[in-house]
Amino acid sequence: MVDMKEPLMPKIGVVTDIRIDTPDVKTFRVVTPDGKKAFEHMPGQCAMLSVPGVGEAMFSITSSPTNEEYMEFSIKKCGCVTEWLHSMEVGQEITIRGPYGRPFPVDTEFAGKNLLFIAGGIGLAPLRSVINYCRHYRDRYGEIDVVYGSRSMQDLVDYKEIIDEWTKDSGVHVHLTIDREQPEWDGHVGFVPNYVKELGFDTNKIAVLCGPPIMIKFTLAGLQELGFEKTQVYTTLELRMKCGIGKCGRCNVGAKYVCKDGPVFRFDELDTLPDEY
Amino acid sequence: MRKLSLDRLDTLFAAIAAEHTLYLPVDGKAGARFEKWEDGKVLSDALNTVRSPKDFFFPQTDNLMDFKTEGKKIEIIDTREECEDFVIFGVRACDVRAFEVLDRVFLAEPADSYYENRRKHGILVSLACNKPLETCFCGTFGIDAAAPEGDIVCHKTADALYLDAETEKGEALLKALEAVTEEADAAPVEEQKAVIRERLAKLPLADLSADAFGAGKTDALFDAPEWAELAESCLGCGTCTFVCPTCQCYDIKDFNTGHGVKRFRCWDSCMYSDFTKMSAGQPRLTQKERFRQRFMHKLVYYPTNNDGLFSCVGCGRCVAKCPIHMNIVKVMKKLGGRANG
Amino acid sequence: MQEVKRETLISKAAALLADGTVTRVLGWKAGEFAYDVTPAVFRSAEELEKDFVFDDFCGANFSKYLIKETAKEDGKVLVFLKPCDTYSFNQLLTEHRFDREKVYAVGVPCNGMLDVNRIRTVADGIVAVREEGEEVLVDTLYDGTKTLKRAELLPDRCVHCKSKKHVAYDELLGEDGEVLDSARFDEVEKLEKMTPDERFAFWQKELSRCIRCNACRDVCPACTCEKCVFDNPNSGVENKAAANSFEEKMFHIIRAFHVVGRCTDCGECSRVCPQHIPLHLLNRKFIKDIDGFYGEYQAGAEVGSRAPIVNYTTEDIEPGEAVERGEGNA
Repeated sequence: MVDMKEPLMPKIGVVTDIRIDTPDVKTFRVVTPDGKKAFEHMPGQCAMLSVPGVGEAMFSITSSPTNEEYMEFSIKKCGCVTEWLHSMEVGQEITIRGPYGRPFPVDTEFAGKNLLFIAGGIGLAPLRSVINYCRHYRDRYGEIDVVYGSRSMQDLVDYKEIIDEWTKDSGVHVHLTIDREQPEWDGHVGFVPNYVKELGFDTNKIAVLCGPPIMIKFTLAGLQELGFEKTQVYTTLELRMKCGIGKCGRCNVGAKYVCKDGPVFRFDELDTLPDEY
Repeated sequence: MRKLSLDRLDTLFAAIAAEHTLYLPVDGKAGARFEKWEDGKVLSDALNTVRSPKDFFFPQTDNLMDFKTEGKKIEIIDTREECEDFVIFGVRACDVRAFEVLDRVFLAEPADSYYENRRKHGILVSLACNKPLETCFCGTFGIDAAAPEGDIVCHKTADALYLDAETEKGEALLKALEAVTEEADAAPVEEQKAVIRERLAKLPLADLSADAFGAGKTDALFDAPEWAELAESCLGCGTCTFVCPTCQCYDIKDFNTGHGVKRFRCWDSCMYSDFTKMSAGQPRLTQKERFRQRFMHKLVYYPTNNDGLFSCVGCGRCVAKCPIHMNIVKVMKKLGGRANG
Repeated sequence: MQEVKRETLISKAAALLADGTVTRVLGWKAGEFAYDVTPAVFRSAEELEKDFVFDDFCGANFSKYLIKETAKEDGKVLVFLKPCDTYSFNQLLTEHRFDREKVYAVGVPCNGMLDVNRIRTVADGIVAVREEGEEVLVDTLYDGTKTLKRAELLPDRCVHCKSKKHVAYDELLGEDGEVLDSARFDEVEKLEKMTPDERFAFWQKELSRCIRCNACRDVCPACTCEKCVFDNPNSGVENKAAANSFEEKMFHIIRAFHVVGRCTDCGECSRVCPQHIPLHLLNRKFIKDIDGFYGEYQAGAEVGSRAPIVNYTTEDIEPGEAVERGEGNA
């Protein structure tokens, strides 16, 4: 036996709850076999989950660090590992290692500021952690706006939590939208970038974007039209990763490794990187 | 400094092998390769092995751990074992420098225990390059083939092998070899170094300059139109990557043996189309981007993160082995003028 | 030495560029040394004059490059083809892999290309290579000029050249040759004469050197799948390194099976192997078996021919008999 720590060596995690969020997104609750959190993390950080024999993949930790009982992962079905995860039942063991990456600067640059979170589709998953963290420490932040859109009402991740909890908080303003009209929907209809412009936010705040690349592109442009500087806007990147610790080379963009120097980046930082993300 | 006569090399190898597993370059059908020494095996005269000695610390396939699964339960089996001390003899100056390049990746926090374990137990005996080849350009990266680094540094003259310890590990080994070696004067080694340096200065690639590259040169080089031409005929194979002593990208895969799951790591290549491919997309769409990544990483990104240290050591393996003869020398010559200007 | 000189090829290419027949030229570009030529696209007479080479190290088969090159843009591309390349050219056309209308093919005679690895075994530090008749003079860094026999520096594919005849071209430079009666199956017969254990040991030893760089596959004109099974994560065999000792054999044997009846025996696989594995022998075994079971068949000899494997006739050998005869001589 080698008496050395090994960053690639995972721990066992037990899936204690599986919530069906949307037709292709499920949220998994994970604890260690003795019922504890596998490790502490900060909002925006990720973890490697694996199913031995199927593979390992990186996921953002959806639950807030303020949740002291368990971790949650909202996962969209789109590959071997995620398909397997979607087919499993409560009680299944998986492996988990982490946390990885640079979190959102919730205790520094975000402190005392008004915050605008903008998400599309599964892009809410990484933001849920930071939104719930800021809701937990409500008095540390100014007004919080959340703009969230998806294809349809059924594709809105965490819809129940948003309606039951977020909308009831004082100083938290939730703006939901879906791409196309639906009989049971009486909210806003339209794409996220347009909705952001319609809502017309003032620039006295920090914006955080997460969603498909096309949404990011147009939303950033919209924010810039509203007068936002790139130094006020954050996002979180997704690239293929294997090690999570800046060694396997896969998520290397310019001199940065998304797994350890990201996944959270400010847009002015992204401008210094080659366009390969 | 110690020495022994060249006709007694076998005695030296036997003395080392009596205590430690000894590996050295041996000639084979496809060229020289590192093999475990046993009686009868002869040290190759070849300058370079086909595969670099990075295999000793970062093997092409490396079992990371095993899993046993039963129902919903998983058991993780830590298969790591403390390895025994071993000696690698005849490592060239370029390949020794390559270990520094790899160290800065694998030993950076959090350290990779598989690599660290082997590195801790490996003793490097380097050998100065009496006859550097036309494909050599280690000097471009500040490496002196006449005076390699290493735990023990060796020089071969016409009749003797000179050994000098450079580290504690090296001193311990050299002390253990006192019975087969004798005290020596450094003068013949200095003469040999002078001969080698004269040869190095005359090599066809002696004037290759890395001045245009290094930390912070991303903007100057990334969008250069020359990349398209340079990458035009690249086959997208992994030859350059796999013979390279510093390429360290890896993949992690699971293999179901039927009795359990082995999680192993294997060499991977940024030249491969699936290296960055995700379900959601592919940030490097064509071979041009993948080709550029490999050279930008060695010449710009790595130095940016590592105090200007290049992650090419000029060993020339890719120069000799690329199926279409495109290589870092051609890239540096083509782009060199651009970044200077 | 090659019959047709660099200057002849350049003036031919320049003329075809000048009269608008082609918009670009697929050729060989000079490198740092005598031997390191790189396939490249030339677009002007000036570029050709500056960098174009044609000598004994221009061994690369350009046929496969035509897939990418013809898809890239409109206009014709000029390609120079050695006799063995023309078989791959035809085979790719048979498989509809590129648009013939977008290619202008010029056949170039070939006297066999030199294998730099063979030179390296006898001369280290190659500074320059010249030829005088049947002799090759190699200037070296430390051993002066070495005089070597040209015939001993040829790769196996040239030693056992199957044809000096071009089977496809728009225009031919120099004289065309004949299909040769080569002894290319000699090595296969040696393998066939081994016991199964000896043969297993032979391949085990050769393939154990494989570093799984995929150069053999990536250069192979018969390996033109858009997505190789070995690159597909869903295939279950997508590994860049062997998970166990049997895997290299799997990779090479599956690849050999996949090109059966389509491999023209161009020998590129063995030329590019950094570990000098005689991969062409696997393919030649299949070619020899096809010849024996179904009558002689040369892939790429003509466009549109159907390989016996994909062309059922009532005279075909019965599977049982094939197995028996296979066991007899395999």
